[in-house]
Amino acid sequence: MTDTTGPHPGRSRSLFAQLELDLRLLGMIGAFAVICVLFNILTGGNFLTPRNLFNLTIQTVSVAIMATGMVFVIVTRHIDLAVGSLLATCSAVMAMTQTAWAVDLLGLPLGSPALAWIAILAGLLTGAVIGGFQGWLVGYLSIPAFIVTLGGLLVWRNVAWYLTNGQTIGPLNETFQLFGGINGTLGATWSWIFGILASVAAVLALFASRRAKLRHDFPVKPMWAEGAVAAIFVIAIMGFIAILNAYTIPARVLARQFEARGLAVPEGFTASYGLPISVLLLIAVAVVMTVIARKTRFGRYVFATGGNPDAAELSGINTRLLTVKVFALMGVLVGIAGLVASSRLTFHSNDIGTLDELRVIAAAVIGGTALAGGIGTIYGAILGALIMQSLQSGMAMVGVDAPLQNIVVGSVLVAAVLIDIIYRRRVGG
Amino acid sequence: MAEDIDRSGTPLVEMRDISIAFGGVQAVDRVSIDVFPGEVVGLLGHNGAGKSTLIKILAGAYKADSGEILINGQKVDIRSPADARTHHIETIYQTLALADNLDASANLFLGREIVGAFGLVDDSAMEAETRKIMARLNPNFRKFSVPVSALSGGQRQSVAIARAVYFNAKIVIMDEPTAALGVHETEMVADLIKELKSQGLGIFLISHDTREMMDLCDRVSVMKNGALVGTERVEDVTEDDILSMIILGKNPKREAA
Repeated sequence: MTDTTGPHPGRSRSLFAQLELDLRLLGMIGAFAVICVLFNILTGGNFLTPRNLFNLTIQTVSVAIMATGMVFVIVTRHIDLAVGSLLATCSAVMAMTQTAWAVDLLGLPLGSPALAWIAILAGLLTGAVIGGFQGWLVGYLSIPAFIVTLGGLLVWRNVAWYLTNGQTIGPLNETFQLFGGINGTLGATWSWIFGILASVAAVLALFASRRAKLRHDFPVKPMWAEGAVAAIFVIAIMGFIAILNAYTIPARVLARQFEARGLAVPEGFTASYGLPISVLLLIAVAVVMTVIARKTRFGRYVFATGGNPDAAELSGINTRLLTVKVFALMGVLVGIAGLVASSRLTFHSNDIGTLDELRVIAAAVIGGTALAGGIGTIYGAILGALIMQSLQSGMAMVGVDAPLQNIVVGSVLVAAVLIDIIYRRRVGG
Repeated sequence: MAEDIDRSGTPLVEMRDISIAFGGVQAVDRVSIDVFPGEVVGLLGHNGAGKSTLIKILAGAYKADSGEILINGQKVDIRSPADARTHHIETIYQTLALADNLDASANLFLGREIVGAFGLVDDSAMEAETRKIMARLNPNFRKFSVPVSALSGGQRQSVAIARAVYFNAKIVIMDEPTAALGVHETEMVADLIKELKSQGLGIFLISHDTREMMDLCDRVSVMKNGALVGTERVEDVTEDDILSMIILGKNPKREAA
């Protein structure tokens, strides 16, 4: 068994190689940076402002949350075309629960914070059950996911319509609205605290993984490289917080808030929005999904099944049940995305989530998820969602016609997949 | 390999009167085979003779329509690959059954991951174990952190073999283990078979190479059109005898007697 080994540890390698950074990730960050700089020039410096970056992040959250689940669906060689419609059904259930059903059933007063939590629970449950049901149709009855979810695309959109009789439901509960973006933010101080905690956690995680490798005498990066990566993480996290904190609440909004409490705004007083709770939710989803993908048996089986379904089955993995779980998880994430999307709008409307299935699939695919299955990353999908959203809002800011915007986004999707195919052919896997 | 194998006791594995049909085709028709500890039993026959199907029933990939399986004389019920594994039956499939997108240790432990705190998989521990067993099976193997799609045929084969022998197998099924290998790698597999044999494992070996089978096996069972033609000790037959069993479906020696 002859063996050609890769670069031998200890032999001198380039500075870059010693950092062991992910080339694909760098490419995507590079693409994102190019888009940002380009639009910043075209908009005369309006794109890279704290205000716009704040808006960009809260606009991305809903699609990004669903994209993390779509990674698992596509990795197992399935597809989910029903996410946009399911989002509408989850959103309708949440809206109806907090404005009518739970009010009538439990006698809670409208606007009570408990209503928000009951509604959220109902929405997530709805997503899990419907997602699981679709997964059962795919896994146990062997109907192709494309067909099941194509049907679901029509079914759930119109189930949502029936639940609300086609009405727009709003305004939504104030506690509920905290998850929408600008109506629920941490403020400057807590944002900084979160940033520091996140930085500490990132550095600890890096060194914990290094310690685990050393314990088994595996090769590790040189200490300076480990430190450099840690520094990049900390700078990125704190930089992100600094940008969000730089977006201050406009004077007229502040005046209104103080007026509500019967006070006047003190001279020279400013306040920041800081980190939106919806973004916090996305970060939590990203961390949990990454841990599931990399560190749990379930995640391992998702990737194994995508890589070789027969091998997975011969290894004793119940691939049918796995399909149900993957779609149920997708459903829960759609529920969370529905919470974010409807609370950002402050109401539920019939057309909520329309065409989201395409945005979500595009985000996952631009993020490097292979439709052939077996390959995909959570961070890639989130970056993919961010790239799509920045293209879209950048073009809107520049004043590109709506039809042309869609033409560009569609072309970018196809081009991104082409680049990915070429990249994989070169690198080999 | 005509060392004395004690066949007086209970066989390690006995498959009795196994039948399975797919649609109208009787793929395996009342076949009985067995293997004793420390024995290698070869399965021979044309493509479509039913060898792989028979062996997949033992591995839990298919469920027999009728017949029974005994391990150490005890009747067992094997309904899934997981059941087969709990009975210490390990299989090296012709296709190797590797998830190409995962690395060697993820494949080795697929379905049986080492988990640490909070039920999270312990990749470092699994890689350390993989390094240990690979040092024994294939000391040149160093590609521990790349997907197995980037490995050569021989390297992939050693991952599949490592998976079969790591978990204290008592019965190993090998379906064409050397079909895709070069001379040197084929030798490695032959050495491994001898080592497992000396440890008292029972081995079912499927191959098309009659010469190789004569070298490695203690007995050979020949199948044709789903039925068993016969089982012979290798020292009692010639290569020509076996070939005529495969082709004509009868044993010239027995016919003559």
